[in-house]
Amino acid sequence: MIAKKDLEHMAWLSRLELSDNDKEKYTPKLNSVLDYFGELDRVDTEGVEPTYHVLALSNVFREDEVNMPGKSLTQDEALSNAPKKQDGFFKAPRMM
Amino acid sequence: MASINELRERIHSGSSEEIVAEYLEKIESSRLNAFITIARESALSRAREIDSNGHDGALAGIPVAIKDNISTAGLLTTCASKILAGYIPPYDAHVIERLKDAGAVIIGKTNMDEFAMGTSTETSFYGATRNPWDLERVPGGSSGGSAAAVAGGEAPLSLGSDTGGSVRCPASFCGVVGLKPTYGVISRYGLISYANSLEQIGPFAANVRDVTALFDVIAGYDARDSTSVKKDVNYSSALKNDVRGLKIGVPGEYFGEGTDETVEKAVWDAIHTLEDLGASWKEVAMPHTKYALAAYYIIAMSEASSNLARFDGMRYGLRTEDSDWHTTFSQVRAAGFGDEVKRRILLGTYALSAGYHDKYYLKALKVRTLIKQDFERAFKDVDVLITPTMPYPAFRLGEKIGDPLSLYLADVDTVPINLAGVPSVSVPCGFSERLPIGMQIIGKHFDEATILRTAYTFEENTDFHTRQPEGF
Repeated sequence: MIAKKDLEHMAWLSRLELSDNDKEKYTPKLNSVLDYFGELDRVDTEGVEPTYHVLALSNVFREDEVNMPGKSLTQDEALSNAPKKQDGFFKAPRMM
Repeated sequence: MASINELRERIHSGSSEEIVAEYLEKIESSRLNAFITIARESALSRAREIDSNGHDGALAGIPVAIKDNISTAGLLTTCASKILAGYIPPYDAHVIERLKDAGAVIIGKTNMDEFAMGTSTETSFYGATRNPWDLERVPGGSSGGSAAAVAGGEAPLSLGSDTGGSVRCPASFCGVVGLKPTYGVISRYGLISYANSLEQIGPFAANVRDVTALFDVIAGYDARDSTSVKKDVNYSSALKNDVRGLKIGVPGEYFGEGTDETVEKAVWDAIHTLEDLGASWKEVAMPHTKYALAAYYIIAMSEASSNLARFDGMRYGLRTEDSDWHTTFSQVRAAGFGDEVKRRILLGTYALSAGYHDKYYLKALKVRTLIKQDFERAFKDVDVLITPTMPYPAFRLGEKIGDPLSLYLADVDTVPINLAGVPSVSVPCGFSERLPIGMQIIGKHFDEATILRTAYTFEENTDFHTRQPEGF
């Protein structure tokens, strides 16, 4: 069961501001889904390895150089969608 | 609905510009809301360029519609979310580069569930898309705009993405063909991630030959996606009207409680049609199927909570008034994401958090192994599996959106395929009154050739794919 304080903690971890109305609205819906997830408790997974990835892929390495010369974004392109920028940088909110 | 071959002939004797203009007019006067962005100017100018310079690509001058979670350089890409309002990608996805090289004309970006999270295209910030077979019903989702566009004659071809059924579900509900390829066959470079261990880009068309032609253009290795697989196959050459000797497996678990009678009957009729054409069938057991849905949603939500952390209003998208660091990000995300996206991020965060990681996330990954093994066992004896794509035909707008769990349950027959990473195609196989029914043909890893041949043979010997919604 997700209680109000659990929901507030999840909201903090995921940086989502929730109104009191949101909390009230979401709690029963989240709990009904979580109840359903409980079905998995009935499966015996003793000794079963987890599958993170369906194909047996190994690490893909490349040389430590500019990947595709001329194909990387320019500074202007990288900044082209930034809502706030200054002197060629993304402008972040203040820390404190 | 015009096939690619018919369009090619018209382009040859007339012009691409004329055809593109016809499709644009149809989109602009449509009631379906299948498109978020219509690329009128760039499409017409590209068509004129192809007309005057000529182009020998496989899709020269042919219009293609693109789901709005696939990056298109210079063309608005929103994932149907307010948080990406105004976002113009500075680069093309790999599939878009491939399409442009083949001479295709991008006519617009299609509507979808926000961040591809949904089964009905009702969670879009831009409003729901309607099903051309019944405007009061959903087109399916999450690639509802792409499927409705093809079914409604607003595009001959389109691309979607399929994380847990998002190509196959709308293909089934809209009566078109939709393919989810083997994981790794199409580069995900430029696809805005929702749950990256599960999703693949997939093609839509009105028939199997055209879906395969589009698939041939977009499939192939790309170094920029580290899960891309080095395989080069020409799938169109596999399309033969022949299923003699084909062994079909029918898993009873996919015809379970909640499956509409009309759907069950249509799929069995289709299996018998293939039997008459020389295939054989047997029942196969896939005992972990009933746990696939819970495992899928835990994994998808966990991956989503991580993937969607990038939307913070710093580099792109919505920005609210600045406060301190954490408050600003929390407010940007509160204002930019819709309810379903927020719920999935919250549950995904919960499933990954200290104390719950082993109970939910790790457990789901272990169940995923068991589901994958179900497929491996079944494919020792049979070449393809056939099931309903969806347990029922298209439901009404508003019918399920208020109860997320009931909407998740609609994905029961499609999510196991993504957990196992195998390929699957949905083809029209009947009607429930006037609503289309889809049959799902599932194959072994990298055996798209066999499922497409099976689908093609079925299509060549039936006429379900030729029917069109009234008024479109």
